[in-house]
Amino acid sequence: MNLNLSFQIAQTHLLAKKRQTLVAMLGVTFGIAMFIVMISFMQGVNQFLEDSALDASPHVRIYNEVNTQRPSILDDTFKQQGTLNIVYHQKPKQQLARIKNGLQMVSMIEQMPGVLGVSPEVSSQAFFNNGPIQISGVIAGIDYPRENRLYNLDSRIKTGSFKSLLANPNGIVLGATLARKLNVRLGDKVSVTTPLGGNITLRVVGTFGFGIGTIDNIRCYTSISTVQEILGKDASYITDIHIKMNDPLQAISFGKKLSKQFNTYAEDWSTANQAILAGEKIRNVMTFVVSMTLLVVAGFGIYNIMNMNVINKLKDIAILKATGFGSKDVVAVFLLQAVIIGLAGGLLGLGIGFGISLLLSITPFDTGDMISLKTFPVIFRTEYYAMGLVFGLITTILAGYFPSRKASKIDPVAILRG
Amino acid sequence: MTSTVLQASHINKYFYEPEKFQVLQNINFEVKKGEFLSIIGKSGCGKSTLLYILSTMDTDYEGVLDVNGSRLTGLSQDRLADFRNEHLGFVFQFHFLLPEFTVLQNVMLPAQKLGKYSNKEIEERAYEKLKLVNMEAHARKQSSKLSGGQQQRVAIARALINDPTIIMGDEPTGNLDKANSNLVFDIFRKISHENGQTIITVTHDPDFAKGGDRIIEMSDGKIISGG
Repeated sequence: MNLNLSFQIAQTHLLAKKRQTLVAMLGVTFGIAMFIVMISFMQGVNQFLEDSALDASPHVRIYNEVNTQRPSILDDTFKQQGTLNIVYHQKPKQQLARIKNGLQMVSMIEQMPGVLGVSPEVSSQAFFNNGPIQISGVIAGIDYPRENRLYNLDSRIKTGSFKSLLANPNGIVLGATLARKLNVRLGDKVSVTTPLGGNITLRVVGTFGFGIGTIDNIRCYTSISTVQEILGKDASYITDIHIKMNDPLQAISFGKKLSKQFNTYAEDWSTANQAILAGEKIRNVMTFVVSMTLLVVAGFGIYNIMNMNVINKLKDIAILKATGFGSKDVVAVFLLQAVIIGLAGGLLGLGIGFGISLLLSITPFDTGDMISLKTFPVIFRTEYYAMGLVFGLITTILAGYFPSRKASKIDPVAILRG
Repeated sequence: MTSTVLQASHINKYFYEPEKFQVLQNINFEVKKGEFLSIIGKSGCGKSTLLYILSTMDTDYEGVLDVNGSRLTGLSQDRLADFRNEHLGFVFQFHFLLPEFTVLQNVMLPAQKLGKYSNKEIEERAYEKLKLVNMEAHARKQSSKLSGGQQQRVAIARALINDPTIIMGDEPTGNLDKANSNLVFDIFRKISHENGQTIITVTHDPDFAKGGDRIIEMSDGKIISGG
């Protein structure tokens, strides 16, 4: 088989019918361009959502879960008799949110490999009093330098600063939306009440915005000791330990390890953000379904054109066979045409796809202050482009193969005899 | 003593559509090297069918075919294609050039397929063959732009490009006027006598047949004279 020669014939055939070739090519171009745009955009959205979830939440969070699924006293007593005990509406035990030896755990975990940072927190439900109304929220006592390392708090600040928490034990940093609801500014006083009745008046030293509604709306930060004071607890009282890893994907196994080692509840980010991960999966499936549909449509276009091509070229095929071209040569001639169409159309599609993605990535996208986005999230990755080209080629080769095989099976005698 | 280049023994051929019908009945003959052989007969006598069996393109027959000392009966399609490429040249009634290619490319293709020479040598040889049929001036033209007679001469040049042992023609002058027919005949005459290449043609043209070395006449699937 002489590929060079087959290529030369394929090229001549394609160039002789430029318009037909172009139409077939544009089918692939359109399919691949859409594939690139869809995947770049969808993955951009995925990445954005994942980032914003990961940014604002710990990779692993250790806390005491309120658990009603404890064995009842009945079970303890009648265990051995093989009876079935049913206790309706079992109430949770009075249990402390305290993590035992929390501070020691923090310093131990900090030493473990792969850990980026550990931050202890005391958090509690709280009511913010603004005149006659109460707004509920969460007050978190933090160790500012540690928490800042985890969440890059300084970059989220809108007014004031987190650092003032160190200097001012009665300072509080409020979520931007919460501050607006309370109608307070820097320097104003806020009265905070806990569900158990503790009350304290704090001075606003800053406001922050994560760009995530559920955080900016309800969360505020103050120092650990302040929260311990409102709750009436000692200095070793810790309710949460937040951990960030160097690699978020390691968090899942690391969480399990910690949970076993310290016999506490450790929740990793994938459990806490299942909705986001599920959304990601759905978007991925959607992207592939739509792109595949486009490519299959383009494939049928090529199939039709190649089929017509073979029918138009029956005489030529007979001549080639009569002069000594074998069936493999004939398959090569027509398959190469499909491959050339696929490759040229595909490359053009990649270019156009890149152009559209680029335009999309600089298009202003105003979402208000709930979401920290200024333009559409688009990801540029070589893999997507390689994938697009490979898919395009596979489609065209499949679409070109069947007409080519048909061409190779043509009986030259029937055509040459006329 | 000239050698035998083609030997057909006990060739039988049937058509099955619309009903079983024997087209060729026990055909036996041989062709010598350098011979100019014409097969004549009325339409439907099976002469074209016989030619396509000799050409190796039709493999659905009974009997044995030897060309150039090799047994061709029973070979695979791809082996036969290679054999045609090297040892057989074809000239058809309706010219059958590849319309998108230039005259030169048309002539060069079978040689490029054979791959015995470099592209440069093939081009030189193609010019040589085109000169033989007096078409070298049109070498760079698109083949679809030529007249019928010109196309037929190019087709002959293409048939000659690999210096085949046998050149087969299916009514090579069937579609041409007298002047062009004579031209084609002269070329055939020349290559058979000067190059020692064998020529087998099926023809309706009695003048063309008479000018050759031998005439085989067929009727109702049998050779009635000249075998």
